[in-house]
Amino acid sequence: MSILEVSGISKHFGQTEVLNSIDFTLEKGQALAIIGPSGSGKTTLLRCLTYLETPDSGKISVNGEVIFDADDPSQLSEEKKRLNRLHFGLVFQSFNLFPQYTALQNVTLAGELLAKERPDYKQNKKEILADIRRNAEDILASVGLSDRLGSYPHQLSGGQQQRVAIARALALKPDILCFDEPTSALDPELTGEVLKVIRGLAERNTTMVIVTHEMQFARDVADNILFMADGVVVEYGPPEEVFGNPKEDRTKQFLERYSS
Amino acid sequence: MLVTVTLTLLKGFGTTCAIFIITLVCSLPLGLIIAFGAMSRFKPLKWLIKTVVWIIRGTPLMLQVIIVFYGPGLIFGWDALERMTAVLIAFVINYSCYFSEIFRGGIEGIPRGQYEAGQVLGMTKRQIFFKIILLQVVKRIVPPMSNEIITLVKDTSLARIIAVREIIKEAETYIAVKSLIWPLFYAGAFYLVFCGLLTLLFGWIEKRLSYFV
Ligand SMILES: Nc1ncnc2c1ncn2[C@@H]1O[C@H](COP(=O)(O)OP(=O)(O)O)[C@@H](O)[C@H]1O
Ligand SMILES: [Mg+2]
Repeated sequence: MSILEVSGISKHFGQTEVLNSIDFTLEKGQALAIIGPSGSGKTTLLRCLTYLETPDSGKISVNGEVIFDADDPSQLSEEKKRLNRLHFGLVFQSFNLFPQYTALQNVTLAGELLAKERPDYKQNKKEILADIRRNAEDILASVGLSDRLGSYPHQLSGGQQQRVAIARALALKPDILCFDEPTSALDPELTGEVLKVIRGLAERNTTMVIVTHEMQFARDVADNILFMADGVVVEYGPPEEVFGNPKEDRTKQFLERYSS
Repeated sequence: MLVTVTLTLLKGFGTTCAIFIITLVCSLPLGLIIAFGAMSRFKPLKWLIKTVVWIIRGTPLMLQVIIVFYGPGLIFGWDALERMTAVLIAFVINYSCYFSEIFRGGIEGIPRGQYEAGQVLGMTKRQIFFKIILLQVVKRIVPPMSNEIITLVKDTSLARIIAVREIIKEAETYIAVKSLIWPLFYAGAFYLVFCGLLTLLFGWIEKRLSYFV
């Protein structure tokens, strides 16, 4: 069974059909890279997965459990959506760190709030919070930031901020980690450190959906490539196929523009 | 003489402070409620509130004080309000509208990504508001709030227009009765000290919040 199954997802804003019946699946431990021109609906697709947008039609399942079905008349409660969201982590293009919290606090905050819902929270509060903190420190160390635990976002470079954002998402141990152009807001000299972290995650078989314009990176890291244009999946396959031997004209044109 | 003047001015200053504090205590929460109304997705409410705020901010507070005091009697034939009550009603309405615009600006200025980051991390709406948004809003509104609150200190003098005996009204009697000007300067010193202390307080709050951007 695939960890993520997306079928027939469509979404329009006003008159524009931004997503038009998107289908794809993702296997556990694999990385899917989504490429395509700006405005093709990549961000909207990630936002649909995390309930930040509601698709007009289609179905999304995680581990075989349907978490969204446009045809199901019974609306999901906000509470259920909130918990379902935890299947996904999302790393935003613009980091969206919380400015009033340190790097460490950014990573622990959500975990601490979720821990309050545990039945044993009152009894084991100390140990639970210590665990959350240790976990956050480990993750921040794994993204190379053990010396910046106490820094506030504005004291960090863009690359460091994005690494904190990745750590923040990882701390909740999502089934699927999604990236929306994680390096697009960075100065070119800072993209490397972020891509390196994502490469490391891929080597440890983290299940990921990565929207990116870094073609070489997508080629190296992803198990499959999904090329999107105008809200449809134009081509899907392993990197050697999509990059090495694209079948569709639109893919060829797109890749030519990026290969220069 | 100095002692009598001081005592008279202190009495007036008590009234000034009362107007200031009651206006502040009522207008801050009311302003927040109005701000939420102005951001409501229910269009009629939103437009009603925007119109009221536009009228209140577009006309002088002095005019509003006079209307609240004389209006009910002249328009509806009701008994006149207590002078102080009329002043407080006009001030609270006026300042709620000004504060609401500051709150609205502060809340709307928070990037949507802050809410979305919280949502994706499984936080509830309440948690997002209290743990993420609130402090950022507070930081944003401290400078405009401090301006507005210092303006309020000085605006309390408008109460004299319907003969409420705040500090300037008290000081002025010395011109009429004793041809003395210095009690007015003395009254000015009260304002300077009061505003000076508020400036220090807001400066301190700003500094306390300067650890993040
Ligand atoms: N909230 C929105 N309201 C209206 N149009 C939107 C909204 N979000 C995205 N769009 C439009 O949808 C299209 C796809 O956007 P997006 O998903 O951001 O594409 P991509 O990430 O591939 O660049 C664009 O034309 C964009 O203008
Ligand atoms: Mg995008």
